[in-house]
Amino acid sequence: MTVADRVQPVDLDLAAQPPSSAFRRWLAPATFAVFGLVNIFVLGLYSHSGDATFAFSQAFAKVTVPNLSLPAATTCYVCGAITLVIAAVRAFAPLGMALKRVSIAVVVFLFIVALLCWADAGLTTAFNVVNLLQGTLNDSIPIMLGALTGVVCSRSGVINIGIEGQLLLGAFTAAIVSTVTGSLWLGLVCGALAGSLVAVLLAVFAINYRVDQVVLGVVLNTLILGLTGFLYDDLMVPYTNTLNSPPTFTAIKIPLLGDIPIIGPVFFDATVFLYLTYLALAGVQVGLFATRWGLRTRAIGEHPVAADTVGIPVLAMRYRNVIAAGVIAGIGGAYFTIGSVGAFGKGMTSGEGYIALAAMIFGRYTPFGAISAALLFGFMTQLQSIMSTLNTPIQSNLLLMTPYIVVIIVLAGLIGKVRGPRAEGIPYVKA
Amino acid sequence: MELELKGITKRFGSLVANDRIGLSVAPGQVHALLGENGAGKTTLMNVLYGLLQPDEGEILLDGKAVRFHSPKDAIAAGIGMVHQHFMLVPVFTVAENVTLGIEPVRPSGLLDRGKTRREVRELSHRYGLEVDPDALVEDLPVGIQQRVEIIKALVREATVLILDEPTAVLTPAETEDLFRIVRQLKEGGKSIVFISHKLKEVQAIADTITVLRRGTVVGERPPGTTEDELASLMVGRNVQLRVSKQPAKPGDAVLDVDGLVVTDQTGKAWVNGVSFQVRAGEILGVAGVQGNGQTELCEALMGLLPTASGQVTLGGRDLTHATPQQRLRAGVAYIPEDRQQDGLVGEFSVADNMVLDVYDRPPFASGINLRPAAIAANAAERVQEFDVRTPSAGAPVSTLSGGNQQKVILARELGREHKVLLASQPTRGLDVGSIEFVHRRIVEQRDKGLAVLIVSAELDEIYALADRIAVMYEGRITGFRPPTVPAEELGLLMAGAPGQDSGSPGAEPTPSAPTATPGAGQ
Amino acid sequence: MSDQAASPGPATSPGPATAGAKEEERGPDGSFGRALRDAILEGNTVTVTILAIFTAFVVGGLLNAFTNRTVLHAWASLFSAPGHAIATAWDTAVGAYVEMFEGSVFNPHTVAALFQQASFSTAVHDGYLSAVFSPLSETAVQATPLILAGLAVALPYQAGLFNIGAQSQLIGGMIVATFLGYGVSMPFFVHVVVCVIGGFAGGAALGWLVGELKARTGAHEVIVTIMLNYIMAYFLTYLLSFGYLMQAPATSNQITSPIAGNAHLPLLFGSHLRINAGFLIALACAAGVWWLLNRTTIGFEFRSIGKNPSAARVAGMNVERNWVLVMLIAGGLAGLSGATVIQGTDFTLNFQSYGTYGIDAITVALLGLGRPFGVVLAGLLFGALHAGAPLMQAATGTPVDMVEVLQAVIVLFVAAPPLIRTMYRLRAARAGGVGGVMSKGWNA
Repeated sequence: MTVADRVQPVDLDLAAQPPSSAFRRWLAPATFAVFGLVNIFVLGLYSHSGDATFAFSQAFAKVTVPNLSLPAATTCYVCGAITLVIAAVRAFAPLGMALKRVSIAVVVFLFIVALLCWADAGLTTAFNVVNLLQGTLNDSIPIMLGALTGVVCSRSGVINIGIEGQLLLGAFTAAIVSTVTGSLWLGLVCGALAGSLVAVLLAVFAINYRVDQVVLGVVLNTLILGLTGFLYDDLMVPYTNTLNSPPTFTAIKIPLLGDIPIIGPVFFDATVFLYLTYLALAGVQVGLFATRWGLRTRAIGEHPVAADTVGIPVLAMRYRNVIAAGVIAGIGGAYFTIGSVGAFGKGMTSGEGYIALAAMIFGRYTPFGAISAALLFGFMTQLQSIMSTLNTPIQSNLLLMTPYIVVIIVLAGLIGKVRGPRAEGIPYVKA
Repeated sequence: MELELKGITKRFGSLVANDRIGLSVAPGQVHALLGENGAGKTTLMNVLYGLLQPDEGEILLDGKAVRFHSPKDAIAAGIGMVHQHFMLVPVFTVAENVTLGIEPVRPSGLLDRGKTRREVRELSHRYGLEVDPDALVEDLPVGIQQRVEIIKALVREATVLILDEPTAVLTPAETEDLFRIVRQLKEGGKSIVFISHKLKEVQAIADTITVLRRGTVVGERPPGTTEDELASLMVGRNVQLRVSKQPAKPGDAVLDVDGLVVTDQTGKAWVNGVSFQVRAGEILGVAGVQGNGQTELCEALMGLLPTASGQVTLGGRDLTHATPQQRLRAGVAYIPEDRQQDGLVGEFSVADNMVLDVYDRPPFASGINLRPAAIAANAAERVQEFDVRTPSAGAPVSTLSGGNQQKVILARELGREHKVLLASQPTRGLDVGSIEFVHRRIVEQRDKGLAVLIVSAELDEIYALADRIAVMYEGRITGFRPPTVPAEELGLLMAGAPGQDSGSPGAEPTPSAPTATPGAGQ
Repeated sequence: MSDQAASPGPATSPGPATAGAKEEERGPDGSFGRALRDAILEGNTVTVTILAIFTAFVVGGLLNAFTNRTVLHAWASLFSAPGHAIATAWDTAVGAYVEMFEGSVFNPHTVAALFQQASFSTAVHDGYLSAVFSPLSETAVQATPLILAGLAVALPYQAGLFNIGAQSQLIGGMIVATFLGYGVSMPFFVHVVVCVIGGFAGGAALGWLVGELKARTGAHEVIVTIMLNYIMAYFLTYLLSFGYLMQAPATSNQITSPIAGNAHLPLLFGSHLRINAGFLIALACAAGVWWLLNRTTIGFEFRSIGKNPSAARVAGMNVERNWVLVMLIAGGLAGLSGATVIQGTDFTLNFQSYGTYGIDAITVALLGLGRPFGVVLAGLLFGALHAGAPLMQAATGTPVDMVEVLQAVIVLFVAAPPLIRTMYRLRAARAGGVGGVMSKGWNA
């Protein structure tokens, strides 16, 4: 009600929250309208004549699903028209928060359908949707795991921009350990520990020495980038065979579930990394919202003083959480090498840690939100690589830009202001 | 349980916050700790609660010496504390807040929310607290939030409850409710330490009153002690609670506020159709319990919050949608409620803070060039004039005491050319000497023929300064009264009971025509 | 002087002045030596910074000693020849730094070569004299973009904004400067100035975008700038992929045509040394930023907003407008940084021209504690590391990535003065002293 809101330090936000909102109000409808017009006037008008064919089964599937053919241009027009209607509704009708989010999802979905129709129109090869989804899920593993790490850290009140460094050191360590010992599992464990080694640095400097956590994360990333680069040139390049030729995990198909059409190959026929991701998601979700640990974690991230006064050791708990969360990102890093390409390469995480950070914010600091956002970004990357194989005139560099542009647009107003845990990034000092 | 403190001493550097304090609280008793801001009440209670370690002295429970290294120890020993600033996580439910730290867990390892809910309901029922365990704390009014804090302590089986300035944020009605709960707790055998600086409340609720001054116990009195005696014990001399001032000679209306509405992003009206005028040479005091829209009123008058509707004019000039800078230039001098947050840049020097809103005007700047010499000269002059105690004008303002910080703001705001002075909680947290200084300066402004608007949650301050009193409740002005109005009547207005004159603001009563009919109800 | 270190009280103002001030304070009974020793032991900013740099070099040396191939072989025979292993480790660690020093400051061989010349005039003419100063020249060349980009981070930092997007702004500046460099034809000097201004504008546009988004929508500048870094990197590659955009004709490489000779920044000391007017631009900008921050009403507003945006707003300052302005200027500085690289040394733009300047800029700004002259010194130090690294790699096989490690470790130590103080058993400076880089949180 009344005073409660005012007594809380909400007013701090006065400085950060400009009063003007007309810009924000029109941003979403305008963006939607642009998507709709692109669907019609770019994708529709310029599509090749003929149908776009979508396949929903892989080559050796036990159960197959028939292909779907759509008239390309017409589909684009329809998608565009629906999008324009949604834009109009969004502009003039009051929608609830849930409906607003649904509207975003629908617009994005329609755009993708239109885009794929346009790309595949008139081609003899069917566009394989299962491959697209499977690739998306796999591509997203490091982003998903990194984002989950970010969620746990943020909820504990520590900003973790060092996810990138955690991924990179995880990848490096997993590669070198797997090569030297020949054991993939040992590589995985060491990669995970490497993630928490970075977390130890983050914890010591952020919690103990109260260094600005944004600055700290960036510096840690630089450190890990330099360190792995140094060791790569110094050791891995001359001794590739003995230090940087790790084996890789192979896919494990889950019996029965793996044979379900579409869903099976996408969700239940993958390397251990995907299953670990499920585990991490379930663990973080249940842990945060249904256990004693979670309640205390959220308390130290929102109001550490209150937690302290009921005897929760704020600093110790932040330490433990940040270091433990590092394990998740470390596994995500290991995916780059022993889960995917094998050998380590300089700077091979190429900014996915930052994408994970964006996914966490985009996902409003919730495990499921973060995972969904991570999947969206993974989908963009996957789409780009598939588009380039379809020989579409879209420049892959422009397509690669889109996830980043999406993040900015989203931050700028599509989903309103995302509020993180109140004490996030503020070191706790005992009174 | 019998609680006794013996010779507790706590130092912060050279400052002795608690000096050999002794205190004993019998079971089933309300023991009030009375003292000014800075007398050492909160420090003492933090020592008792294990948040601070005493340098000397000991705490005895039923005659046995105990040591609290952290609140955990204190809680385990049966001590519960309701902090002045509630220790509640706003995004948690009541049950979650209550259970935090002692969460019951089911065999599966998951939280047992049902058990917590039952406990909250049960306690809530036993002590007449009426709290819904599933409500989100940020949605609750402060009075209820306070009860959540009490439940938190009770769930932990507290036998001694410390209430730190519990009425500061409550309406008179909520205060009455709190007193009822306190009595009920007392009957249940709990001991209560009631910390306050409000004489009347202490008299009303306490069984014993211990008075603190400058870190030492200056006396223990029964509740029947007169207000004057308690007051002089508290401040150490016979205080003149009223500033000596001549009757006002109001002139023309300078500041005219008509139907002002201020809403937040969710559309809730914090200020809901407020109208008043402030005339030259008078002080209008806005009274009311904190959180009834006074803060928003001031911020809207300064242009810090957008005005949803209504009109604000200053000396005939329309300022309704002016920016803060335009308002400052138009002649508003402003003393913000939270001086450290809104009034000063702590790391800046005293000199820089003294030009914080005139740094770009001559003589402090020519074009975009700052003129450090002029800034320094100004500071030297103002430090002298306002008797600011600072090592130098170059010292960071954050190193100054609260009183001296307020003087810096006064020096800056009054040093500018202005037509109206807008002061929000101008003496909050200040010592008596500084309060007198600030009050004198404010009256001086009035006598110079300026219009003055004071917003204060302290009735004493309103009585001391105002030539006319407006009372705010839930974003509205519930009545205008002369300063001769009895406190009980103001109390009713502060709780929302409508007064008789509260119709048209244009027809405000003159100070000489008091209307003293309390509204119906209560 | 803007005090990033948040030192309350005049007695703790960091810097060499402390020693002097303290000596006066102590009066006749304290010798200067003692005062100086106290000042050092007290762990003020300068002491901590120097020790942080020293410690980082030790850490880097250890890293090098324990991973170098020859050293690893020597370790293998540790028990048969322990002295050999340790000696090799020492030689490797120190050898790398010696080479780095020779590549960035002074190489004795060049002096020897100079004195072997028949006459002074041939020495000058054949570049032997230049060779002596060549390492310093290289340091200045490397420091130029670092100083400018460092200022692009340090200036918004003073206004409470963290600009991680120096990279994107630098790319923006490079694109515009390069385009103007090869795309138009103008007389010397005019062309230089036009390209430099273009570089500023290119960066400023991106900085403005960040500020405008924050001001209008509250989008956090850290995330927006990180995203823009990637967007601009991809955009650059896109521009360089098509002949009708910026790709040089008749090539499949992602590179532009070289810029016109008239657009080159003039060399300062003849054709043998690469040091150019860009270095002067960087120094001038540092002085300009100092002036702006400390001597103008604009800087007063920036600093007020950086320290307490709420009070600044109450005092009538337009916080949003200042965010936009400070990011615009910062972007411009980063853009200038890009322009000096193109016009001073590279002359063409490829898809990797931006290198690690964006990240280096952050470390430079942090080591410089957000102050303009600190940034100059930090830029020179890191410039020296960059200048010496190639020689180090060529001579000792130590990878150039060592530089990034050193930079990061230095900044980590500088950011946590208590750590350095504990390591070297320094007393904490009186009444707070060095604050390091204290956290302000994310939501504020």
